[in-house]
Amino acid sequence: MITAEEIKETLSKALPVTLVETQDLTGGGDHWQVIIVSSTFEGKGLLEQQRIVNEALKEPLADQRIHALTMKLFSPAQWEKLGS
Amino acid sequence: MADEVFDKIEETVKNNKIMLYMKGTPDFPQCGFSAHTVEILRSYGFPFASEDVLANPEVREGIKRYSKWPTIPQVYIDGKFVGGCDIVHELHERGELEPILKTAFGK
Repeated sequence: MITAEEIKETLSKALPVTLVETQDLTGGGDHWQVIIVSSTFEGKGLLEQQRIVNEALKEPLADQRIHALTMKLFSPAQWEKLGS
Repeated sequence: MADEVFDKIEETVKNNKIMLYMKGTPDFPQCGFSAHTVEILRSYGFPFASEDVLANPEVREGIKRYSKWPTIPQVYIDGKFVGGCDIVHELHERGELEPILKTAFGK
């Protein structure tokens, strides 16, 4: 398992993040949903965007501290459009 | 690196218009993400092939290296890696999955 703080810290180190929100989906600390708003997602396809996050969280994904990860990724412009 | 599992995967994804690597089978998925992906694919009515990676550890590891993608399920359309559950879900929501499937089936 991993904590929300650890996820946020790891992501913040790896990419320029405007917002990271995490949700522990099962309470077990290993099934997570993350919402990330980052300028690095600008103009990139879904696959490429998720590859960036997979790469950033490579270690906890590989050693199963994160068993399942759901991602909702937005560029700042997309996030703005959502009215959030 | 001679990699038999890569050859096998390559052949499989090329020979099936839609190929799903999943945990369990479409009728008995063993993971919520695999189940959801099956549900989306089925909603379009196009036939798809699947392989249960839990039944084959070599494919389970091999497929991750093949696509450089760390998780299962994985969907391939026309031999091309499309993504996992999140991406398929997102494409479905955006209405972008149907045109990809129709193109693959020549419709």
